[in-house]
Amino acid sequence: MLGRTANGLYWMFRYIERAENIARLVDAGLRVSLTRAGSSDEDWHGVLESAGVREAYSEVHAELTAADAIDYLLRDTSNPSSVMSCIEFGRNNARMVRTALTRETWEATNECWIDLKARLSRKLKQTDLPELIDVIKHRCGLIRGAFHGSMLRNDLYNFSRIGTFIERADNTSRILDVKYYVLLPAISQVGSKLDNYQWESILRSVSAHRSYGWVYDGEYQSANIADFLILKVQMPRSLAYCYEKIVSNLGYLGETYGEQVKAHETAAAIHSTLKRGSISDIMDHGLHEFLEDFVSRNNQLSAEISEGYRFYQ
Amino acid sequence: MLTAENLPRPPYKTYHEWYASQDAAHLIRKTQDAENIFRKTGITFAVYGHADSSEKLIPFDIIPRIISAREWRKLAQGIEQRVLALNAFLDDIYHKQEIIKAGRIPRALIERNVTFLPEMIGFKPPGGVYTHIVGTDIVRTGEDQFYVLEDNARTPSGVSYMLENRETMMQMFPELFTLNKVQRVEDYPRLLRQSLASLAPPGCKGRPRVAVLTPGIFNSAYYEHSFLADQMGVELVEGADLRVIDGRVKMRTTRGYEAIDVLYRRVDDDFLDPMTFRADSALGIPGIMDVYRAGNITIANAPGTGICDDKAIYSYMPEIVEFYTGRKALLENVPTWRCSEPDSLKYVLEHIEELVVKEVHGSGGYGMLVGPTASKKERTDFAEKLAARPDNYIAQPTLALSTVPIFVNKGIAPRHVDLRPYVLVSDKVKIIPGGLTRVALKQGSLVVNSSQGGGTKDTWVLED
Repeated sequence: MLGRTANGLYWMFRYIERAENIARLVDAGLRVSLTRAGSSDEDWHGVLESAGVREAYSEVHAELTAADAIDYLLRDTSNPSSVMSCIEFGRNNARMVRTALTRETWEATNECWIDLKARLSRKLKQTDLPELIDVIKHRCGLIRGAFHGSMLRNDLYNFSRIGTFIERADNTSRILDVKYYVLLPAISQVGSKLDNYQWESILRSVSAHRSYGWVYDGEYQSANIADFLILKVQMPRSLAYCYEKIVSNLGYLGETYGEQVKAHETAAAIHSTLKRGSISDIMDHGLHEFLEDFVSRNNQLSAEISEGYRFYQ
Repeated sequence: MLTAENLPRPPYKTYHEWYASQDAAHLIRKTQDAENIFRKTGITFAVYGHADSSEKLIPFDIIPRIISAREWRKLAQGIEQRVLALNAFLDDIYHKQEIIKAGRIPRALIERNVTFLPEMIGFKPPGGVYTHIVGTDIVRTGEDQFYVLEDNARTPSGVSYMLENRETMMQMFPELFTLNKVQRVEDYPRLLRQSLASLAPPGCKGRPRVAVLTPGIFNSAYYEHSFLADQMGVELVEGADLRVIDGRVKMRTTRGYEAIDVLYRRVDDDFLDPMTFRADSALGIPGIMDVYRAGNITIANAPGTGICDDKAIYSYMPEIVEFYTGRKALLENVPTWRCSEPDSLKYVLEHIEELVVKEVHGSGGYGMLVGPTASKKERTDFAEKLAARPDNYIAQPTLALSTVPIFVNKGIAPRHVDLRPYVLVSDKVKIIPGGLTRVALKQGSLVVNSSQGGGTKDTWVLED
């Protein structure tokens, strides 16, 4: 396989994953603004921060309003992380690696682009938002489903999966980090009403507010939530789950190609931190420091994969 | 579809009965469905020079063009004869040049032709095949009267539409394929891969590795390039993915550089090798011609085949066919005036309002004048260009092209069409039963090119 194809697949799936995650973030933001009395436009600060675009936003908009923030996150193509930009980049990559995709996967991607391009071409009304967010998740789900149901389990598949999970791990760790240091008061205050809605919004941003209840008996506690999103391997958006998948896909590549690259070592090291770590240790040493370190190691791994497998554009 | 007595022509009989039983509103809906299928599959092409239309759909007509087995056999024999003659001609002009020595074609027309590549002189491509893929353009003027309009021996495009049109028809009207016995076109990608692999170069050890070379995602035919690579199960590569290393053409893979044996290139000769041809080409592979001449890669179609698409050479095709096959050409050429000859030029200038005048190296419907439909000013302007550079032009009469029915909102209406069957050449010649039918969608128009508002339809060759 061409290094260019591997690169294209990797980024195609990173962008599709990112589009879906941004939609979830907006969804969580909307939810907060609907359910919390006295909520203000300022609440969108955290959402923009989690999406990693707060500074870029303020370069375009002088004020922070809910409508502008939502527009910026969903449809502004000057924002490279908006849903529209991600779908556009994802689809362009798919078009470039068209021969590596099954017809089903390509068509799901192309239809996603056609549909969202039409829906996001006009100004959004608040009443349209719930349906729009559903459509985004639905369309991304169709791509994933077509991909799982039809792609050969070979190196193409592994590069696509690695892209998905590197992106997802990055998103989950950012969501946690932003909420941690913007919103988390002293640990002793956890349990207040204020915290409940904050934590619920975190869980909603990763579509985990229901599954959390099944695992931790429904009580919101900061340590449990951190445990769920960082260390619980059963939770499909947790860092631990992402690294299980990254390590196993890198493992298949190593087997197929008969060689180990530096990325294998790095991924194994990160994986082992997540596997052996306990949430109390992480909290004691500082959750923010842990997450900051994680994001940078995750980025390093991405660079090592590009290098080890000779990615190019 | 209908004869003079308003009865369906025999191959259309079954279709005509089916059509009569259909509700018009249903068919209008189907036309919309077809468009959605094409859009979601991404079957698009780009029109150069339109900034906002980077991806366009070619209009698709839902009424198939139907050809009987008998008509097809006749066509296929004529095409095979012509394709064999083209290969013999190429081999000859790059080796002994007997056709020139015999005085059948002027030496200057060959050797001063920009599409003639001196680099190919004395070189025999693997298997002796020059034109691996040919798309002969054919028009019909009467029940048994076919003309070859162009040979397209360089890089015929459009085969993905032949395949997708069939796919779409089967999805929309499965019952029609039970009612009619239509010959398969679906084997084309598999046959193409077989055919290419069978012409691997002498330097290939083991299973030949085939790849499709595209100019890239912005090329108007990118969809087709990716489609063919995907359907054949081979890599789609760009010039920047390839490099000459240790005398082989290799591609940059995730595991390092790996050699390619057969390259189905959709990049023109000029851009193929900046070390041999245009030095400013960013689409090619520096040094590939050396690898080619050393017998370590097959290039399909071979460099230098473009000379067959020259319209002045075309005018000699009856002589070429007879010279190499020893028989009269089974398919006729459209009578052609070579404007380089003073008498012809005089005739063309005097009759420009009746003629179609084309550039010898033109394609895609660009750079031509359709006399009868052009304005007076267009004709005068064109005549000036023609008089200034006569050897750059040929002229042909406008033919009374046959029409086939297309579906319009009011029912059916006649439109002019041509037909491009696809031919694969290896140690044998294989003609896919069907091809691309292009339709001039504007009433009365004779220009079928997709870049000029033409559409396509499925083409059926029936079984006996």
